[in-house]
Amino acid sequence: MDYVLDFFVNLGRSWTTWLGTFLPEWGVTIINYLVGGIILVLMPVIATLTLTWMERKVIGRIQNRLGPNRVGPWGIFQAIADAVKMLIKEDIIPDAADRPVFNLAPILIAGAAALVWAVMPFGKGVIGVDLNVGVLYLVAVGSITTVSVIMAGWGSNNKFALIGAFRGVAQLLSYEVPMILSIATVVLLAGSMSTMRIVEAQQIPFIFVLPVAFIAYFLASAAEVGRAPFDLLEADSEIVAGYFIEYSGLKFGWFYIAEYGNLFAVSAITATLFLGGWRGPFSHQAPVLGPLYFIIKTVLVVFVMMWIRGTWPRFRIDQMLGFAWKVLVPASLANLLWVAIVLKIALPTIVQWALMLGGNLLILVIAAGMLGRAAKRHAEQRNLAPLSSGAA
Amino acid sequence: MQQVMFIVISAVTLISGALVVTTRSLFRSALWLVLAFFGIAGLFVLLNAEFLAVAQILIYVGAISILIIFAIMLSRGVMDPETRRFNDQWGVVAGFTAVLLVLLVAILTRVQWPLAAGAVPADAIQRLGADFVGPYVIPFEVASVLLVAAMIGAIIIAREREN
Amino acid sequence: MLSQYAFIGVFAIIAFALPVIGLVMAWLLRPKKPNPAKNATYECGMETFGDTWVQFKAQYYLYALVFVVFDVEAIFVFPWAVAYNKLGLYALVEMVLFVLILLGGLLYAWQKKALEWH
Repeated sequence: MDYVLDFFVNLGRSWTTWLGTFLPEWGVTIINYLVGGIILVLMPVIATLTLTWMERKVIGRIQNRLGPNRVGPWGIFQAIADAVKMLIKEDIIPDAADRPVFNLAPILIAGAAALVWAVMPFGKGVIGVDLNVGVLYLVAVGSITTVSVIMAGWGSNNKFALIGAFRGVAQLLSYEVPMILSIATVVLLAGSMSTMRIVEAQQIPFIFVLPVAFIAYFLASAAEVGRAPFDLLEADSEIVAGYFIEYSGLKFGWFYIAEYGNLFAVSAITATLFLGGWRGPFSHQAPVLGPLYFIIKTVLVVFVMMWIRGTWPRFRIDQMLGFAWKVLVPASLANLLWVAIVLKIALPTIVQWALMLGGNLLILVIAAGMLGRAAKRHAEQRNLAPLSSGAA
Repeated sequence: MQQVMFIVISAVTLISGALVVTTRSLFRSALWLVLAFFGIAGLFVLLNAEFLAVAQILIYVGAISILIIFAIMLSRGVMDPETRRFNDQWGVVAGFTAVLLVLLVAILTRVQWPLAAGAVPADAIQRLGADFVGPYVIPFEVASVLLVAAMIGAIIIAREREN
Repeated sequence: MLSQYAFIGVFAIIAFALPVIGLVMAWLLRPKKPNPAKNATYECGMETFGDTWVQFKAQYYLYALVFVVFDVEAIFVFPWAVAYNKLGLYALVEMVLFVLILLGGLLYAWQKKALEWH
């Protein structure tokens, strides 16, 4: 019974001991690395297969229609049908495309989407590697995506792809700053950059202590993944599919997998940083429940992102970039400083957290107030009917 | 094993560095530079400086190479397929690079480098943070002034160009 | 700790090998019938006119530059954040100074409309 309570860790140990009976130590290490690597690499693929189905069903329901329901019960094999389609489509490479660059871009972006899973804390002791610089590693791998976007735009030799790539990179860069800053605030509170230790430091999930950091991270990561309302680049009515316009077949498929893999990854990071990761009722006595809680929280965040996609209107690019630099960055910096100040006041932890929460709410109120006033001013400038006041 | 990794990573870094200056297409040389940055990050890892390794990737690959690529794009005509910017002097540059390599190897193997004793402490990052606000606080603050100065300078130049 | 990065290295090789394997599989499975109409550059269904040359706005460069500045700032914040609990009040004061200087720079960029999109 005790074995099951901490199933994954014990399974790992039994497996390693069994291998040790007939392999030298370096052999065991290599096999473990390979097995772990293959399991983690499959995460974005699994994410794509399941999340695309989930998205089409959720968006469909929001739009009062059914979503796919032909391929298998409730359409669950739809993703496999799409995958087969992508595999067998012809790969058209435009004439003057820069071939090595053109071909390398989808490989890089898909690889980066897989690399982030090395530091995800699925459960207590269930993690690829517990790096000391875990969260910084996550952001660093994300920056590989930026380079491959430019490579895709350039390699296509198509001016629409190039413009799309520039705009995409401008969006990615602008939202990376609030993302890093809110992660820094969480690191400040938890006292460590290791993902495992951040989860362990959350006696109460950090969303209740740092809502501003949560909102900033949530919106910034939605923009990083390219989800609505920040999906200017891939929107159906916009600059015709942006930087991956010239890609067909499986190369396009890898961009797609990278997008959904990244979506799943940032939801997992949100769950780790702000929702308490694998913590939950009885997770101390029965650590095997850890991964279950982790998956549930991640899927919850994914659901909220899909919900937002189905309901909010899209941002225009200047609104989007302005929001990042003029609202999110100052708010995140103010939050960082406030948390730093509160941490130096010698009070019991609960009181400190309450103070931080209070400061966060104040920042939210101020930000909402300034946004409301800016919106009213904008509307009056264009001689629209004045909005009813009450914009708090 | 570590020796092998060191040789491999150094080879990657040096070769991509050489390719940066000898490749014919400007955009490709920017990409080789990105590979060289990754190689340097690998070297940092081998030296047990993991924070510096991720910082290297985050800043150099994530920000500075984008800046360099954008600067390449700013030069006119780089995207015109007829006049793809080619590096005409690559022969001269390759020769110069080789001479520089020989020179550096000769110098570096003759200097007595002072080696720090002992292993890297486990709380290296905490010590780094403590040093930022402790003994090295002046460079820390000057760094922020420097960053702001760079930003202001670039904005002024860009604005002038537009007007 | 080095073994952790050995895992990352092996993992990276697997992570980049997977797309390559997929693409090789696709290359074997799919039809290959290039013809000039398909290979031509896509421009909303019309023939391309003008060269593939776009006026690159200096605005993009400014965004990248401001990003570099704030990226480096964030890198300075992380070790300070990790060491913060063991340091005294001076750590707070010095970081506040650091952030305020950079906020001043952001304000300058804001005023000079370097963050606008034209």
